Amino acid sequence: MSTTVSATTGSPAGEHPAGEPPPARKATWRDRLGRWDVKYSPYLYVAPFFVIFGVVGLFPLLYTAYVSLFDWELIDDNPSFIGFGNYVLLMSDPQFWKVLTNTFSIFLLSAIPQVIMAVLLAALLNTRLRLPTGWRIGILMPYVASLVALGIIFANLFGPNFGLVNGIFELLGLDRVDWQANRFASHVAIAIMVNWRWTGYNALIVLAAMQAIPRELHEAAVVDGAGPVRRFFSVTLPLLRPTLIFVVVTATIGGLQIFTEPKLFDAMPGSNNGGSTNQFQTVTLFMYQSAFEREDLGYASAIAWVLFVIIILVALINFMLTRRIASTGEGRR
Amino acid sequence: MSFTAAAALVLAACGGDSGGEQSADGTIELTISTFGEFGYDDLYAEYERLHPNIKITPHTTGQGGPYHEALFTKLGAGSGLDDVTAVEEGHMSDVLAKSSRFNDLAEIGPAGVTPDRWLDWKYEAGRDKDGKLIGYGTDIGPLAMCYRKDLFEAAGLPSDPEGVKKLFESWDSYFAAGDQFVKGSGGVAWFDSASQIFNAMQNQLPTGYFDRQDNLVVESNPGIKKNWDQVTAAVERGQSAGLVAFSNEWNSGFKGSSFATKTCPSWMLGVIEEQAGPEHSGQWAVSGVFPGGGGNWGGSYLTVPTQSEHPKEAAELAAWLTEPEQQIKAFKAKGAFPSQVEALESPEMAEATNDYFGGVRDGELFVEQAHKVGSAQYKGPGDGKIQENAASPALQAVEQGRSPEEGWQQLVNGAQQIAR
Repeated sequence: MSTTVSATTGSPAGEHPAGEPPPARKATWRDRLGRWDVKYSPYLYVAPFFVIFGVVGLFPLLYTAYVSLFDWELIDDNPSFIGFGNYVLLMSDPQFWKVLTNTFSIFLLSAIPQVIMAVLLAALLNTRLRLPTGWRIGILMPYVASLVALGIIFANLFGPNFGLVNGIFELLGLDRVDWQANRFASHVAIAIMVNWRWTGYNALIVLAAMQAIPRELHEAAVVDGAGPVRRFFSVTLPLLRPTLIFVVVTATIGGLQIFTEPKLFDAMPGSNNGGSTNQFQTVTLFMYQSAFEREDLGYASAIAWVLFVIIILVALINFMLTRRIASTGEGRR
Repeated sequence: MSFTAAAALVLAACGGDSGGEQSADGTIELTISTFGEFGYDDLYAEYERLHPNIKITPHTTGQGGPYHEALFTKLGAGSGLDDVTAVEEGHMSDVLAKSSRFNDLAEIGPAGVTPDRWLDWKYEAGRDKDGKLIGYGTDIGPLAMCYRKDLFEAAGLPSDPEGVKKLFESWDSYFAAGDQFVKGSGGVAWFDSASQIFNAMQNQLPTGYFDRQDNLVVESNPGIKKNWDQVTAAVERGQSAGLVAFSNEWNSGFKGSSFATKTCPSWMLGVIEEQAGPEHSGQWAVSGVFPGGGGNWGGSYLTVPTQSEHPKEAAELAAWLTEPEQQIKAFKAKGAFPSQVEALESPEMAEATNDYFGGVRDGELFVEQAHKVGSAQYKGPGDGKIQENAASPALQAVEQGRSPEEGWQQLVNGAQQIAR
């Protein structure tokens, strides 16, 4: 559409010699069209994104805030307005504080080892290997596999009575661990599930950043007599910082919204409890349980908003950390 | 992003079948949704042959959990439900609490359908508080007791049908036999899971977690606490294998001979055969004596939501499917145990035997169990949810080492939260 408009507006202007303005009466309509084209077309081009975002992003967000102010059952003809009642109730709900602790515990247990392992894996992949593409595809395989299949397999591996992990523990003369009942053990098992899936993905991102580091820097360090370990810590790692920040931020957002892993880990099929005493229920799982099992939409919406605010806060902390680390990096250079 | 795309696809797919369109040539399209195995696949074609103006589009979901979650979401959304919608007995209390969204089948259904088609308790449990008939009964799951003959013998208990009658005649004798068994079994548990026992006991009470005025009575009904104390005490004495029903560990427990008895609705025989496998063939037996009388676990109803555009035709289809003749066909196809009096008296039921369970005449046995079920228990709104999401996790917590007192508090809190 836009090309035809600019083509028609373009041709009459060309007929007139430069300097001599075209008669105003003749060109106004086309001129105006041309001006509108230049002025408004860009907005039109970006509009689809904002329209779709408005419908599926912004509207649900605001509507959730609206619903959270009501005592609203899933099947409810006249929900009653209760102001911040849901939020007050939520703050005094011991289950909420328990699941929030679980979420952060699982997040820390997954994010920290994940980033460290990703960097180490990337460093290994960055050395001279035979079949480099094969190795790289290999570490991405867990990410490609279906999350649900992974969840079912890992829940089996960590079965308290007949699971493979406990079988191996027994062979090694170690005590069996009740991966379902023990709160910390269940967090470890779920974190392993998360790490299994995401480490390879992050490693590839870090690897890409590593390969972008100019060779000369390494060569200069070699000339200065730096060994491989020293080069890793003094050359590679500082230059990876922006990428690491990206990896940490995405891991944060994903880690605070973990849902499928704890849902599938529960031995009770289809359960949203996150264990018999909610020992590994996460905030999103709690939200889902409130909305679709207890059918308390207002309460679930309040949970969604609190989680939203928490993620924004953690992201802000990350952003400030980014700036600080970035500036110290500049200073050193 | 990919999630959003997938969600959009699902939405599009849902929007596609609005259900019950009447086309130009006068054919009416009826949609019907079921879960698991109802044994109806061949019946739809037969119905279409008998009624040339009807076209049936069935929708089948594998698992009952997600099926009912979607059912209530669509009920809330006000659209998306099929003309005929199957509801499992455990979710019936929630459906009856929203009975204004379903058609009264006594009103719109064919006149020939009378209450005496079904067992009394099955028919009663399909009606709401005002007496509206919300669902036509399909199948049931009368309870018996399954046990491992070889493990009984090894632990020094009687294993013949006459001998076990004494062990299973009451809950007291059942738990006492459990103590005796655990002493001599060398680590094998008496039952699979505490919630399986507790639920059977709970369902034998006249009212469930609510009284008839829909007040939560978990704390005030002494029967509930008595059952709780009895079951958790047995757990503490080592009678439970602590395996969550239908989990992978539970499946493995059948193969690994982790427990010796199992509360056994009619459909459980197939589950045991599949999970325990051919190597345990002939070791399992089923007894028609069930502690505390009898009971029912499972079975469904066919409902017609008010969303349906062709409620009369839908009710006719549901009425036809739940006729005794059709339910016998469903029993032969997929083993759905009929709830219709006439079907229970049929020769097909009397002749049925089960080789895996030592050639027992299981049809006859379960027909007898079906008649032992007393009146329908009154279940208030949320009753099934309390059973599944408050009682079961609390019992699991006790099996994992919580004290019975703490577990009881967990059950009470959970029930209050659900009833809120």
